Parts: sequence; structure tokens; C-alpha cells
Amino acid sequence: MLDIVFYLLSAIAVASAIAVIVVRDIFRAALCLILLFMTVAGIYLLLHADFLAIVQVLVYVGAISVLIIVAIMLTRDVQHGQPLGRLKYPAIVVAALLLGVVALGVVNTVFVLPDNAPLQETVKPLGKALFGDPGYLLTVEIAAVMLLSAILGAIAVIREK
Amino acid sequence: MFSAGLEQYLILSAVLFCIGLLGVLTQRNLVKVIMCLEIMLNAVNITLIAFSQYVTPVMLTGQIFAIFVMVVAAAEVSVGIAIIFSVYRNRESVDIENFDILKW
Repeated sequence: MLDIVFYLLSAIAVASAIAVIVVRDIFRAALCLILLFMTVAGIYLLLHADFLAIVQVLVYVGAISVLIIVAIMLTRDVQHGQPLGRLKYPAIVVAALLLGVVALGVVNTVFVLPDNAPLQETVKPLGKALFGDPGYLLTVEIAAVMLLSAILGAIAVIREK
Repeated sequence: MFSAGLEQYLILSAVLFCIGLLGVLTQRNLVKVIMCLEIMLNAVNITLIAFSQYVTPVMLTGQIFAIFVMVVAAAEVSVGIAIIFSVYRNRESVDIENFDILKW
């Protein structure tokens, strides 16, 4: 049953990712990107990552896609008929080669998997791991400073001279 | 063989990553390039969470890494779109062929 859900979500994800590249109208491409974000949130749920699925919906579907759509609206004069670049065929070859190498590596690697049952809800363990004693507290604070500097950098770049 | 395990998730994220890479290399609209970058970051997150689920199911290391990847992705998108606006104001275009200001 879960396998069917996985393959359905994977098919939707791959199809919408291809649609993001192929669709000419950039607004429709953005809508396909939002569909991709939602299916990725579903895949996180399949992987027992409930907190990250909610964060995916909040951050990607809620914030980043709105940012991208605002960018499309504010730059909306050269939307249609964007041809692919001159490097189309070399890029296809490079991407296919990378995919082949990675798939070969994945198939030929023997992963050592423990038999622990996965955690059923991850919010409390994630909070303990992030803010607990042998945790990632310094990284959390560095991430906060990095977000602040990104906001300041965006304001400084976009300000009218 | 075909039940969804670690390898199926890794192959899925590899496919998504390569589609995103193809988009970054071929698209000419800068907003679309950023969209394809987001596809690549999502593929990386799927890899991290799949490893977290199957290899370290109790420690959740991969999920913590995925949280930080999301933080970096949000910062990257905001700065990238600010740069696109700022160049669009000067050049009236989002075509990547016109973004040659930093070329000597």
C-alpha cells in the first residue's frame, strides 16, 4: 500500500520537475514547482519525518514560492518564448551521465542498515537533538546570524541608490 | 525488489537532482534558474531524510542536516531574488545572456 503511494508521489514529483523546465509560461512553471514541493512534503511523511513535512509546507510552499511568484510578477515582460540555451545538448549529456553514475553507485552499494524501528513522532527528539546538551546549539545560533545577514544583504542590494 | 526502500528514495532524489541540474544549465530566465536550484535542494533533502530514516533512525542526524539546508535555501532565495531585481532595474531584462556585468 505504502509502495503504491511512494511510486505515485515519485511519478508526480518527477513529472512536475520536468514540467518546470519544459513549460514555456513561467507562471505555470512556478505552479508546477509548488506541486513538486507538496509531493516532496508527502515523501517526507512516508519517511516518518512529520516535523520536516510541516516545515516543508510552511517554508517552501508558503514562503519561497510566494517570493518566486513575486519575482515573476515584477519581471513580467520577457516571459514567453525563452528558448533553451545554446548548451542544451551538452547539458543533457552531463545530467544523464551524472544520473547514470549516481544510480550505478546506489545500486552497487551495500548499505549497513540497523534494525531499530524508526521514531513515530520526531518533534520532541528533534528539539532535544537541536537544543540538548551534546547538540547543535552553536549551529542554530550561526543559522540565525546567517538569516539576519541574508536579510540585511537583500535589503542592501535592492535599495534604490 | 520494487518495494520502497532506501535505494528507491536515493534513485528518486538522484533523478530530481539531475532534472534540476539540467534546468540550471539550460534555462535562460534567471527566475527559472532559481526555481531549478530549489528542485536540486529538495532532492538533497530527500537524500538526507532517507538516510536519516534508514541508517540513523533514532539519532535523526539527517533530519537536522535537512533543517539547516532549508535555512540556507531560504537565505539563498531571498538574496538571489534581490540580486535579480537589482540587475533587472538596470538592464530591464532577466535573460541570463545579459548578465555579463561581472565579466571583466
